[in-house]
Amino acid sequence: MSITKDIKELEAWLPQVRRDIVRMVHAVQSGHPGGSLGCTEFFVALFQYIMDHDPKKFTMDGRDQDIFFLSNGHITPVYYSVLARSGFFPIEELRTFRRINSRLQGHPATHEGLPGIRVATGSLGQGLSVALGAALAKKLNGDLHTVFTLQGDGELQEGQIWEAAMFAAHHKVDNILVTIDRNNRQIDGDVSDVMDLGDLKAKFEAFGWLVAECENGNNLIEIADALLLAKSLTRNEKPVVLIMHTEMGHGVDFMMGSHEWHGIAPNDEQLQRALEQNPETLGDY
Amino acid sequence: MKNTYTDSGAKDTRSGFGAGLLELGRRNDRVVALCADLTGSLKMDGFKKAFPERFFQVGIAEANMMGIAAGLTIGGFIPFTGTFANFSTGRVYDQIRQSIAYSHKNVKICASHAGLTLGEDGATHQILEDIGLMRMLPGMVVINPCDYNQTKAATLAIAEHYGPVYLRFGRPKWPNFTPEDQTFEIGKAITLVEGKDVSIFATGHMVWMALQAQKLLADRGIEAEIINIHTIKPIDREAILNSVAKTGCAVTAEEHNRYGGLGDAVAQVILTAHPVPQEYVAVNDSFGESGKPEELLAKYGLTPENIAAAAVRVMERKKH
Repeated sequence: MSITKDIKELEAWLPQVRRDIVRMVHAVQSGHPGGSLGCTEFFVALFQYIMDHDPKKFTMDGRDQDIFFLSNGHITPVYYSVLARSGFFPIEELRTFRRINSRLQGHPATHEGLPGIRVATGSLGQGLSVALGAALAKKLNGDLHTVFTLQGDGELQEGQIWEAAMFAAHHKVDNILVTIDRNNRQIDGDVSDVMDLGDLKAKFEAFGWLVAECENGNNLIEIADALLLAKSLTRNEKPVVLIMHTEMGHGVDFMMGSHEWHGIAPNDEQLQRALEQNPETLGDY
Repeated sequence: MKNTYTDSGAKDTRSGFGAGLLELGRRNDRVVALCADLTGSLKMDGFKKAFPERFFQVGIAEANMMGIAAGLTIGGFIPFTGTFANFSTGRVYDQIRQSIAYSHKNVKICASHAGLTLGEDGATHQILEDIGLMRMLPGMVVINPCDYNQTKAATLAIAEHYGPVYLRFGRPKWPNFTPEDQTFEIGKAITLVEGKDVSIFATGHMVWMALQAQKLLADRGIEAEIINIHTIKPIDREAILNSVAKTGCAVTAEEHNRYGGLGDAVAQVILTAHPVPQEYVAVNDSFGESGKPEELLAKYGLTPENIAAAAVRVMERKKH
C-alpha cells in the first residue's frame, strides 16, 4: 500500500494539534504538554490514517469499529485535540479543558459522556487490562475490528501491566495492538534513572508477544508505516506491541530534552514562542 | 408473623452463587465469568464446564481481572468476577474505583469467604472491612444475602441490574431457610418476623443468628422485629424507618467491622430521619484469627446471645 500521498496531507495537522495542546494547557495553567507533544504524530496517524472507525457514530460498545484506549490518561491535551478534530465532539469544546462543568476532564472519563472515551484512565497501569477485555469481547462478538491502546513507558513500572501481558499471551489475544510511548521520561526524571525498564523488547518477547519498533515516532510517515506493519502482525495468535521512540515536548524547542515539561503549563511568553514554532494550519479553536 | 423459619439443610452461600451463575449462563448469553485461580472455592466449575468460551481464567492477578471485566462490558457483556472478598475489594480498590465504578461499568464483583466464618485461614483472608469499602463508591450496589437460596436468587437478579454490583457471600455451610423460589428485589428489605419492642436489622449469615435471638427474646416476653437487610446499598430507608417508628430502637447485626458496615448504614438513616437508640453487633474494630467459624463468632461477639443482649440494652436506653 502506498501511503505517502495520503499521509502527507495530514502533515498540516501536526502544528495545529500542537497549537491546541499548548493553548489548552496555557489557558488553565494546568495539564500535561510534554507527553502530549511527543505523541502528536502517533495520534494523528492512528485516528486519521490507521483506525477503521466513524467518529460521528461513537457508541460505548464500539461494535464493528476499531477502538482505542489511552492508558496513560494524563496526555489528554493531544487526545482531546485529535478527538475533536476527528469529529468526535465540537472543536470549540477544547476551550472547556479542565474547567468546571466540562466534559473534558483533566484525565479522560466517561462520567460526563464525552464521545471517544470508553473508560476512565489516569491511575496508571489499568488501560491495558481494559483493552484486553474489550478485545475478548470483540472475539466473542465475532467482530473482526482491532483494539488499540497507548501506554506510557514509565507506566510499565506498574505491576498490573505485566499481569495483563501474561494474560494476553496465554489467552492468545491477537486482535489488539498495544503501543508504548518510549520517551524515557517520567515525572521524577529519566525512566532509566527512576526505574530502568531494561531491555523492553526482550521483556515483551519473553512474555510471548510479537514486538515491533519505530525508531522515530515523531516522523509522521515512519509512525504510520510502523503502525501499519504492526497491525499486519495481529491475528497470528500472539499479542502485538509497538515500541515507539519519541521525544517528550517534540515540536516546541524549549520543552524538549528534559522531563521538566511533563506536567507544567507555559506562561504567556512561552506560549508565544511555542505558537511561533507551530503555525496555524487548520484554524485555531 | 411467627418465627417459623427452619433450616432445610445447611448449604454454603457460595454454592448458591455457583448454582445461580450456571443458571444465568443458560438464561443469558451475555453473561461471562472470570476467576483468579479459585474456581473450585467460588463454585464456578459448573459455569466453566458448561460455557468454556465464556469463562476466563486470569490466574492469581486480581487487578488484571477487574480491568478485563471492565473491558468486556464495552462489548456488551455482563462479567461476573470471582475471588475471595479480601481480594475482590481491598486488593483491587483503585481498579474498581477507576475502571469500574467511576466508569460505570456493568461488572458484578462476586466475593466469597467474607468475614470471620472463613475460619481456619485466619485474619489475612477474613476481610471485615469490605462492605464499608464498597459502599463508599458512588453508584456501587452492595448485597450480602443470608443463605443459599437467597444468594442464588441475588446472583440471578444482579444480571438484570445495569451497573456495578458487589455481591458478598461466604464459605461455611449455613442454615438454608428462605424460599427456594423467591424473587430477589435489590434494595428491598425483607421483614422476617414482626415485633413491636425492638427492630433487629441483620445482613448475611447474621440473619439466621437474629432469628435465633428472636426466639431467645420471645422467651423473655420481648417481641423483636427481624428484618433482613440483604442490600446494604441502596438501603431500604422506608423499611428501616417504618420499623423503628413502631419499636423505637434498633440493633444491627453483621459479620463485619463495626465501622463502615450495616450498622453505620442503618445509623445514617435513623440519625437523619428518626433518631432512636441503636446498638451494634459487629466485630469491635479488630482483625480476626484462625479457628472454627462457630468459635470465632462466639469469641468476637456475633452470637444469638449477643444480639439478644444488645436488644435488651437498647430497650433499656429507650426508657431514658
